Amino acid sequence: MTTADDKRLTSAPPKGSGMDWLYSAKLRGWVSQIVVLLLLLWGLYEIVQNTQANLARLNKHFGFDFLSQSSGFDLSTSLIWYSSSSNYARALLVGFYNTALVAVLGIIFATLLGFTIGVMRLSKNWIVSRFALGYVELVRNVPLLVQIFAWYALVLKPLPGPKQAYTFFNSSLFLSNRGLLLPHPNFADGAWAGLAGLAIAIAGVAIFRRWAARKQAQTGIATPTVVPSIAALILLPALGLLLAGWPLSWDFPELAGFNFRGGMTLVPEFFALFLALVIYTASFIAEIVRSGILAVSHGQTEASQALGLDGNQTLRLVVIPQAMRVIIPPMASQYLNLTKNSSLAVAIGFPDLMYAGGTVNNQSGAAIEVFSIVLVVYLATSLVTATLMNWFNARMKLVER
Amino acid sequence: MKTFKTLALASVFGLAAAATASAATLDDVKAKGFVQCGVSQGLIGFSNPDDQNNWTGLDVDFCKAVAAAVFGDATKVKFSPLNAKERFTALQSGSIDVLSRNSTWTMSRDTTLGLSFAGVTYYDGQGFMVPTKLGVKSATELNGASVCTQTGTTTELNLADYFKANKMEYKIVAFEKNEEVLKAYQEGRCDVFTTDQSGLYAEVLKFPNPADHMVLPEIISKEPLGPVVRQGDAQWFNIVKWTYYALLNAEELGVTQANVEEMKGSANPEIQRLLGVNVKNPDGTDADNDFGKGIGLGPDWVVNIVKGVGNYGEVFERNLAQLKIARGKNALWNQGGLQYAPPIR
Repeated sequence: MTTADDKRLTSAPPKGSGMDWLYSAKLRGWVSQIVVLLLLLWGLYEIVQNTQANLARLNKHFGFDFLSQSSGFDLSTSLIWYSSSSNYARALLVGFYNTALVAVLGIIFATLLGFTIGVMRLSKNWIVSRFALGYVELVRNVPLLVQIFAWYALVLKPLPGPKQAYTFFNSSLFLSNRGLLLPHPNFADGAWAGLAGLAIAIAGVAIFRRWAARKQAQTGIATPTVVPSIAALILLPALGLLLAGWPLSWDFPELAGFNFRGGMTLVPEFFALFLALVIYTASFIAEIVRSGILAVSHGQTEASQALGLDGNQTLRLVVIPQAMRVIIPPMASQYLNLTKNSSLAVAIGFPDLMYAGGTVNNQSGAAIEVFSIVLVVYLATSLVTATLMNWFNARMKLVER
Repeated sequence: MKTFKTLALASVFGLAAAATASAATLDDVKAKGFVQCGVSQGLIGFSNPDDQNNWTGLDVDFCKAVAAAVFGDATKVKFSPLNAKERFTALQSGSIDVLSRNSTWTMSRDTTLGLSFAGVTYYDGQGFMVPTKLGVKSATELNGASVCTQTGTTTELNLADYFKANKMEYKIVAFEKNEEVLKAYQEGRCDVFTTDQSGLYAEVLKFPNPADHMVLPEIISKEPLGPVVRQGDAQWFNIVKWTYYALLNAEELGVTQANVEEMKGSANPEIQRLLGVNVKNPDGTDADNDFGKGIGLGPDWVVNIVKGVGNYGEVFERNLAQLKIARGKNALWNQGGLQYAPPIR
């Protein structure tokens, strides 16, 4: 397959002709790369120039000063104080926090559900494994947007209006189509004592667990750690608060007029989005977990059984730790997917980053600026998630000597 | 969602690409053979498609009038249904030639979006609708209510202002699509539905039991609705603006779809100028009344408009009578309304 051209390029140059440089593969490589780079830069320059010229023609200027203007619109859910007199930057921040809330909770619950389903899928019980199979095949083959709408309808339809709301726990918790209303904790002076208690508890638990692990390594005797740890995490902060004179009061929601006042609200849009994301992502995680477990050789299970571990211990102490090495890398991309998929919140009106960005864009008209912010924030969030997962992966990796 | 993302992208790259394209919208429109007009996704009386995708409404008729002025044929128009969030981006990026989608004229939209409002085809104001069983008679009783509305609208902003000004609280439930807003209101997700009052009257007709809902008497804002074009193309801006004025002037001078041919023979100089009639004088000289050339159109541009859609009064009657909306502020200036057009001369 050698053509005349190739021959000319690869044949040795005539010595001493002064044209040696023309035949240098290294030089040709450099030149072609520089040309490509220049073309790329020129393309980018043209895009920027053109955009600027067109913005100028439309009498618009590029800049982020609009961010300090008051937004004028309200948002239904916010983790921080926000009203229509807040500025655009804060509206975007509210959106970011809401995205983060859905993403963090979604990742935690999708992981739990996904692990459960994935393990169920491998169960020897026919009904359990078929159920898991049905779940996975049904859920991962229906588009997420459809599922979000379906959950929104399912969450909203059966719930009564605020006047007929379901009440729980002696009228401190209400469930209606306005959402779930919870008492809101108000901390007065002295709440630091509770925080101090929590800090002591966390440190104590860490030391206790390390001690228990060392003891087991040395003597082989296992110490139960789960119950004492949970007890310490709950009791120590409570003790701190008690010593400080219980500086904690609750703001209870109550029905006033035709709606609730006080308390804090988790809107139905949040539940619909959360459920859809968790259930959808869990179906992918289940498959990852299944493949991870199957990747651990069956000899490991047999060996651990020979050592006298029961089925549960085998799974927890032998199979899962080894499966994690296979599971973690694809899991990271599922977490990224979940975070990015949360932008579908727009469809049901949950004010996430995309929703806030869209509204800010529409009210301020700064399309390029707003979407660059949204883009950068999603990118940064994803990169942080990926970095965390890489770190976790490095920790869980098989240590080779 | 998909369209939104596409439009968002289009706005970024479209702004870059549409450099020469939008400089002369008229040439573009003539070259492609139709006017691309941005309308709502379905609002009875303003822009609403039937099951054969035939669009009707005041905003739709305005687009047809522009097409008639340019091509002499009111059917040479294509419609792009847009939601509130997409609309201005679609116009900026050049994917539509004119936006006629019950859009409120505000200072920031007129000055910072790179767009120009060409006139006020409908004077509206924001109102509230509640289920009759809620027992509310006035907007001042809405303290604490959950309110459904569409995002990216002036409605959303007026709502915040109104409740703040009246020291009342409310909870917003806002969606990108109008259908979602209506569904949420009908399912009881919120107590109140708010939009322009004409919109309330139009939407209630879609409900299974219109009698179970009532529009509260308060109008909380000024909503001058009108067509929008891109800034920087004075000729196209003039065409759209004067199409609107031509509709008004035709009504004022009594020129209708039925009598426009006959009116060409009128001795009234105002009508002669409106219809661009060449006047033959007794001494054999003639004088032209070609005002169309000022906007790059033929002398019979108004004749075409009126033949295509009728005058403003006819358009209003045809589209808004079914909603039982009176002319009110939209009557001509000489009949107690606000609709006033500069003369053609």
